[in-house]
Amino acid sequence: MPENPVVSTPGDAMGVAAAPPRRREWRRFARIFFGRKLYLIGFIIVVIIILTAIFAPILTPYDPITNDLTSRLQNPSAEHWLGTDQLGRDMLSRIIYGTQVSLIIGFSAVFSSAIIGALMGLTAAHFGGWVFTVIMRLTDVLMALPAIILMMLIAGMLKGGGLWIVVFALAFGGIAPMCRMMCGMALSVKQNDYVMSGRAIGMSNWRIMLTQIFPNAFPPLIVGLTMGIGGVVLGEAGLSFLGIGVQAPTPSWGGMVMDGQRFLLTNPLLSLLPGFAIMLLVFGFNMVGDGIRDAIDPRLRGVI
Amino acid sequence: MTAYIIRRIFMGILTLILVTMLVFLLVRLLPGDPLMRYMANFSGTGQQNIMTPEQHEALLKQFGLDKAIYIQYWDWITDILRGDLGESLGVQQPISKLIADVLPRTAYIGILMFAVGTFGGILAGIYCALRRGTWLDNTITTIANIGLTVPVFWLGILLIYVFAYKLDWFPMYGWVAPWDNFWKSCRYVVLPVASVALGGIAGMARLTRSCMLEVIGADYVRTAWAKGLRERVIVVRHQLKNAMIPVVTSLGGTLAIILGGSVFIETVFSIPGMGRLMTQAIFDYDYQVVQASALIFGGIVIFSNLVVDIAWGWLDPRIRYE
Repeated sequence: MPENPVVSTPGDAMGVAAAPPRRREWRRFARIFFGRKLYLIGFIIVVIIILTAIFAPILTPYDPITNDLTSRLQNPSAEHWLGTDQLGRDMLSRIIYGTQVSLIIGFSAVFSSAIIGALMGLTAAHFGGWVFTVIMRLTDVLMALPAIILMMLIAGMLKGGGLWIVVFALAFGGIAPMCRMMCGMALSVKQNDYVMSGRAIGMSNWRIMLTQIFPNAFPPLIVGLTMGIGGVVLGEAGLSFLGIGVQAPTPSWGGMVMDGQRFLLTNPLLSLLPGFAIMLLVFGFNMVGDGIRDAIDPRLRGVI
Repeated sequence: MTAYIIRRIFMGILTLILVTMLVFLLVRLLPGDPLMRYMANFSGTGQQNIMTPEQHEALLKQFGLDKAIYIQYWDWITDILRGDLGESLGVQQPISKLIADVLPRTAYIGILMFAVGTFGGILAGIYCALRRGTWLDNTITTIANIGLTVPVFWLGILLIYVFAYKLDWFPMYGWVAPWDNFWKSCRYVVLPVASVALGGIAGMARLTRSCMLEVIGADYVRTAWAKGLRERVIVVRHQLKNAMIPVVTSLGGTLAIILGGSVFIETVFSIPGMGRLMTQAIFDYDYQVVQASALIFGGIVIFSNLVVDIAWGWLDPRIRYE
């Protein structure tokens, strides 16, 4: 719920600031969010994935990086539940550690693009005029290239393939959509009376932007963030699949699919399992995003 | 309408110019020696630092890489306007020839993916909206939700495993041009097109369904029912026409996503198209090819957005006077 230290007008047009007591609001949120089975499943998947990433060292029976050439390309067995890859590494351990890589990249890329994109969007919406035009043209240009092409350009030209280069490329690709969304939300929040009254009592532009507009455009940002994680994880997997993303031997699901494709006919699990993990993660975060959106404001459906 | 079209074309050209700058700056300003590939080729041994500093200097001069960055940009742009995309350092052929070879392939499968994805998605979305709550609606909506989360390349691999290897209905990978052998090429494109189109169908179906549901309760639809019009007329003339507006605007974005997907699918199915060309060029640090192919991708998206904008203005007269 927005904090409005200076002015608080009940019943604004967005329906977010008309705040009933906080606890009831939270219950309503939980009722909608956990009420639909699909959202609940998504939530459980996300919780399990985050726990897996945190406790990866405890959960994994083998080291995900050390080769063991005596046990290459084994089928699932009691020792290696999901078999081993072409270098004899335990698939289960690699998939579990892949969770870490995906989440670290996902969270950092989404947060960086959200911060930059949201600032750009707020600025464009608040100042209007030529500032708006320049920022919007910029997003047009960034969105004129298919996202994956833009990311390939950056990650590919910055040779080395370190984790942070991939994060940088993915964050860069996510700025424009985030900026568009934030700008749209801010423009509609701007219509409200409390922004006008803030101006009337002489608040500075920045103060209005940060204390009035931002908190009210915040809920959709949260939804955008959650959904964005799914998109970024897909992007990372894609880059790694093409060989431009996270480099070996770091376990990345996309890279594992690429490596496994060569052994598709003999060991299909090598490429199919990591892909399934990607799907599960993206599905989980998408559903949680959908759920948060419906619980905050179902009218946002289709907007985000 | 003419003023609107002219304004849109002008904006499109402006965006294209800005895209050339973005691509150029990204490729040139990020660190890396553009001559690396050339030298590896030149020496024939794959070793990179076999040249003397003087030779290196001479090469920089030969390719114009010693000039200031804005002069290099200007040279590049004026060459493009003359139809010269430069020469590939990797394979030492004119880039325009390389692209002329691969672009028709990407265009062909891209158009197929786009057509299947949008038509399939819109039809599925309309069906779901009209028969909402039925088991088929639920099934399609669930598949659409899952379809949005599947990595394209993984779906491609899965389809290869199931339909090419286990069932042996289609070839596993490869490319046959439809202009060489149409029937054979059909067998080759089914799996690649299906892998990318599924995501398109999923997105389109979701969007169409929600847009249709929004207008289904509109006053003018109720009036149409009250007038006793037939269902078919109401659906097509009243609901569809209005529900299609957001769907049409999303087509440009859909095409960008499908083009992006085709990059992966060309890798999975070994189709020598634009995506393969660009990926390979990135590996080889063949910066001229990278620049040119990124620009082509951008140009296609900008052009299709322009077409969509004009179509949108035609569908919805309100938009012309924004």
